[in-house]
Amino acid sequence: MKILVPVKRVIDYNVKVRVKGDGTGVDLANVKMSMNPFDEVALEEAIRLKEAEQADEVIAVSIGVQKAQETLRTALALGADRGILVVAADDVHNDIEPLAVARILKAIVDEEQPNLVLAGKQAIDNDMNATGQMLAALLGWSQATFASELSVKDEHAVVTREVDGGLQTIRVKLPTIVTVDLRLNEPRYASLPNIIKAKRKPLEERTAADMNIDVDPRLEILSTTEPATRTAGIRVNSVDELVEKLKETGAL
Amino acid sequence: MAVLLLAEITNGELSLDATAKAVSASRELGEITVLAVGAECADAASQAAAIENVTKVLCAEDSLYGKRLAEPTSMLIASLAQDYDHIVAPATTDAKNIMPRVAALLDAMVISDVSAVIDHETFERLIYAGNAVQTVKSRDAKKVITFRTSTFDAAGSGGRATVEDIAVSDNPQLSEWVEDKLASSDRPELTSAGIVVSGGRGIGSEENFALVEKLADKLGAAVGASRAAVDSGYAPNDWQVGQTGKVVAPDLYIAIGISGAIQHLAGMKDSKTIVAINKDEEAPIFQVADFGLVADLFQAIPELTDKLD
Ligand SMILES: Cc1cc2nc3c(=O)[nH]c(=O)nc-3n(C[C@H](O)[C@H](O)[C@H](O)COP(=O)(O)OP(=O)(O)OC[C@H]3O[C@@H](n4cnc5c(N)ncnc54)[C@H](O)[C@@H]3O)c2cc1C
Ligand SMILES: Nc1ncnc2c1ncn2[C@@H]1O[C@H](COP(=O)(O)O)[C@@H](O)[C@H]1O
Repeated sequence: MKILVPVKRVIDYNVKVRVKGDGTGVDLANVKMSMNPFDEVALEEAIRLKEAEQADEVIAVSIGVQKAQETLRTALALGADRGILVVAADDVHNDIEPLAVARILKAIVDEEQPNLVLAGKQAIDNDMNATGQMLAALLGWSQATFASELSVKDEHAVVTREVDGGLQTIRVKLPTIVTVDLRLNEPRYASLPNIIKAKRKPLEERTAADMNIDVDPRLEILSTTEPATRTAGIRVNSVDELVEKLKETGAL
Repeated sequence: MAVLLLAEITNGELSLDATAKAVSASRELGEITVLAVGAECADAASQAAAIENVTKVLCAEDSLYGKRLAEPTSMLIASLAQDYDHIVAPATTDAKNIMPRVAALLDAMVISDVSAVIDHETFERLIYAGNAVQTVKSRDAKKVITFRTSTFDAAGSGGRATVEDIAVSDNPQLSEWVEDKLASSDRPELTSAGIVVSGGRGIGSEENFALVEKLADKLGAAVGASRAAVDSGYAPNDWQVGQTGKVVAPDLYIAIGISGAIQHLAGMKDSKTIVAINKDEEAPIFQVADFGLVADLFQAIPELTDKLD
């Protein structure tokens, strides 16, 4: 079984996001970037399936700027066998939309014929939560989103999904697309020898233009602004004072 | 302009709150037709017909739709799309599963988690865990949208829409339902509750979470949790509040033993009044709290529960 894992390079989740004063976006210049946390979980799951001899190849794919190859090197150090970089933008501030990403991934799936695509449920920059579902639609494949448990058997995958009311388990036909939630597993760290070894693993490079895929956004971004901020209120010194204040303000 | 709105239905039961909030979010977009889908949907359909501003309800009843599997439901919606300019739903996990698939079938980019409607093609949405607000204008012929329910008031009742049964579409037979483990509780639903009491890692164990639950029950509140509390097994996943959990905006939110990471704040900072109880006076949660109490929760919570009579 072949597994494809799309990994996105995003602003590190620990970085405090700064909205640019001119309303054109969030400042990403010289900011620490990392692999989207959900994609680390997806990749970990793929590597575990390989270690369990249920998969024989794990391919990591990233779409974005040239520098996304760093993210792919990380994926290779963690255990992916090879990487595919699709350069689709020359400025880090130009985010490629899930629909365009899904179309690029579809072209790669058509070539590579994986049985399983393991993606993150959501990119923590655009918070779209869309790419996996869109790719499944374009391919006409089954989908299992928000996975917190996954087992693959013969022609099927059994997936437990985190839903609003609790948990749902479904069985999907392979090939399939699973999008993962953070509770699926705990990703490993790359060891130094593996980081060095990763430098020799194959990393293919392409462009969206060569693939003839239009990445023009459908959503024109008119402005990006700071949300309304909350200011800290007051400190109370006791439970009694808290109850009193809550009653006073009508909150209770 | 015409709107097709996917009603939120679980096991034949309409989630009136989520659906009515999506109705009010769509009011400016055009005439609203609600789509009720389920193994049984007659009751849900007639309830949806009573929501103010709904003109028509379509009822697609088939065992196929019982568990809201994404593949058949998105096929059905895409087959109805030609009559509508906007295809919308409340941003529940069901809709987040289905709507991007619908959008791709229609060659459109889904507009997820919209928090404000500017006009029929311009919308606001939050990005970066709520740290930035983006205004986007859709160039797609059909707009596929999910609405963040916490920012819209529910539409009222008193509507008298017609209900029409519609034909079902084929089953692509790609997936099947195996099992649900849905929590049943007498407490109010997290996303519609007037008061939410949430516990974090500071609660320390699943047993200790009873303290949070007791306080919640005294207040008639829903119970929430941080991701750390859920990941540690103190609380079930459906209680998680935040960027990757539920977004809530109750009148009163009480955060106990929660540090206030941005990913948590993303899910609750629109609450009307925020109370934080934490033993660390430097905890970032105090920066958004209207009332902060620096205290050990194991003393403060039982005391607070006692004093609320
Ligand atoms: C991609 C991603 C998505 C995420 N999504 C979410 C999300 O949706 N929701 C979410 O909540 N988090 C989310 N997180 C996790 C988030 O970053 C934090 O790790 C998490 O919110 C911390 O939870 P906490 O505040 O309960 O725990 P901690 O940060 O460990 O805080 C515990 C607090 O309890 C206090 N405390 C301890 N003992 C006591 C006591 N006896 N009395 C009083 N106070 C006490 C401590 O002072 C501390 O402030 C996400 C993270 C990532 C990377
Ligand atoms: N530019 C990208 N490159 C690689 N993978 C991506 C990209 N954008 C999205 N993905 C994948 O799709 C998932 C969901 O992203 P999104 O739909 O943008 O929230 C991510 O977790 C990744 O697995």
